[in-house]
Amino acid sequence: MIAWPMSAGLALALFLLGLLGLLTRRNLIFVLMSIEIMLNATGLLFVTAGMRWGNPDGQIMLILVLNLAGAELALGLVLLLRLRGRLPTLDGDRATLLRDAP
Amino acid sequence: MSLLFIISAVLALLTTALAITRANPVHALLYFVLSLLCMAVIFFTLGAPFAAALQVIVYAGAIMVLFLFVVMMLALDKAAMGRERDWIARPVWVPPLLLIGLLATELGRRMLPRTVPTAPISVTPQAVGVKLFTTDLAAVELASMLLLAGLIAAFHLGRRDP
Repeated sequence: MIAWPMSAGLALALFLLGLLGLLTRRNLIFVLMSIEIMLNATGLLFVTAGMRWGNPDGQIMLILVLNLAGAELALGLVLLLRLRGRLPTLDGDRATLLRDAP
Repeated sequence: MSLLFIISAVLALLTTALAITRANPVHALLYFVLSLLCMAVIFFTLGAPFAAALQVIVYAGAIMVLFLFVVMMLALDKAAMGRERDWIARPVWVPPLLLIGLLATELGRRMLPRTVPTAPISVTPQAVGVKLFTTDLAAVELASMLLLAGLIAAFHLGRRDP
């Protein structure tokens, strides 16, 4: 038998790993990937909750999270490509074109 | 079933940890795809076969392949990779790790109370479909609007500069 706290704990651990990646990496590709990890962990938590109560709502929420992840990733990648056209690197700290002149 | 869950949970954690520590984005993405496949196995053991199929087809199959193609289009150079490696080696990981540890203990104590674990209740794809297209129809409409907005925005932002 799979206890649901185990699955919820796994979701928590994956979410925290994603947050760690988001906080430490500066490359924008890794930032997008960390956001995907966190969204995925949220989906796992929804499915776990649905399994706990035998309710299909958990999986429905997973479908909506998938939608959100797809739309977010498409927009993020387009912005990444545009930024790459203006900057030589994908370093997030270099994207200061909107900053006021010192 | 429980053994399968434990094996894929350990693999998922391992591959995710590897994914966020790689210098090469393509390697990291491939590890992340592996983690998503482990997650699909976990969904299956939890009694959600529809979610497992969606995870493999949509997430690992479509979204991550799109990501991989764009990363390959970006044509990463060796200098960027070396700089990335320097950044990973530096002690920038210490404060986030402390923060994450704090958050993990807090959330773990709150989120995982000592309740009696119950057996997982399987949910068939049929139940999901019936619920989705009867009572939750508004959510489907909202999702379609979100995707349309994403499509239009990606098309608009992706045009060449005049």
